[in-house]
Amino acid sequence: MDRIPILKLGRALLVTVQVDMHDRLAMALEEDLSEKIVATNARGVLIDISGLEIVDSFMGRMLDNIAAVSRLLDADTVVVGMRPAVAITLVELGLSLTGVKTALNVDRGMALIGTGFGAHDGADDDGVGSEDTDGRVEG
Amino acid sequence: MAVLKDDTLPIRTSEDVVRVRKEVRVQAIAAGFGIVDQTKIITAASELARNTLDYGGGGTARLELVQNGARKGLRLTFEDKGPGIPDLQLALTDGYTTGGGLGLGLSGAKRLSNEFDIHSVVGEGTRITIARWK
Ligand SMILES: Nc1ncnc2c1ncn2[C@@H]1O[C@H](COP(=O)(O)OP(=O)(O)O)[C@@H](O)[C@H]1O
Ligand SMILES: [Mg+2]
Repeated sequence: MDRIPILKLGRALLVTVQVDMHDRLAMALEEDLSEKIVATNARGVLIDISGLEIVDSFMGRMLDNIAAVSRLLDADTVVVGMRPAVAITLVELGLSLTGVKTALNVDRGMALIGTGFGAHDGADDDGVGSEDTDGRVEG
Repeated sequence: MAVLKDDTLPIRTSEDVVRVRKEVRVQAIAAGFGIVDQTKIITAASELARNTLDYGGGGTARLELVQNGARKGLRLTFEDKGPGIPDLQLALTDGYTTGGGLGLGLSGAKRLSNEFDIHSVVGEGTRITIARWK
């Protein structure tokens, strides 16, 4: 069965949702993510939905669930890259995703999680380019 | 009103719901919808197709590309032979769900459409038609 890849990015996990997910794939993602948060000690989860042309209430609930489970496991969830048309549609649908943080792109999402890069945590920084070191401090 | 295209797709699995979304997108583009209108009608279709699957026990989605004078539009009909909806007003209330959902599918699909018609008979099934015009 297909799985959505989960990448480690500093002390966060990055999930890029590109395909039009069907239900089973979405459920599997929820499970995989919660296991991986614990296994990697991640402090945040970034879910990149810039590739999604719609978010319906099923997907919205999934994002809310992931955020709720992550919170219990001491990790923040940030949904990044929501398309403007998706945001407009979500509001009209009545789904405001109050439980999740959002950011315009992955860099800003990382800043929101406050993981920072480099300095204190070099060993965990696989996959992060050195060009990403400027201007990303928490607070 | 002329019907330019008329397709009926089965809804039996969650993969079928994905297929309905894709086909609605193709038709929305054919109708000349901009990105926001496309997104709204695809999202509404996704909600209703999922209800057809989850509550109606499966059924069909009929996609019609229609033209009224100079205006093109999309008319979508979701039909099942499931248990029907006993209280339509309640089902259309934001947050009401019998299936552990968010209860926004019916009410949201209605808001996302220009026309919304629901016909449901307990023990016989449910038919919902929505339309959105360019
Ligand atoms: N096709 C259908 N057949 C029977 N019942 C339905 C159908 N569609 C919706 N319903 C009922 O209406 C309720 C509200 O639907 P909806 O607004 O989509 O919310 P949700 O899917 O989150 O429950 C459902 O919980 C269900 O009880
Ligand atoms: Mg629903």
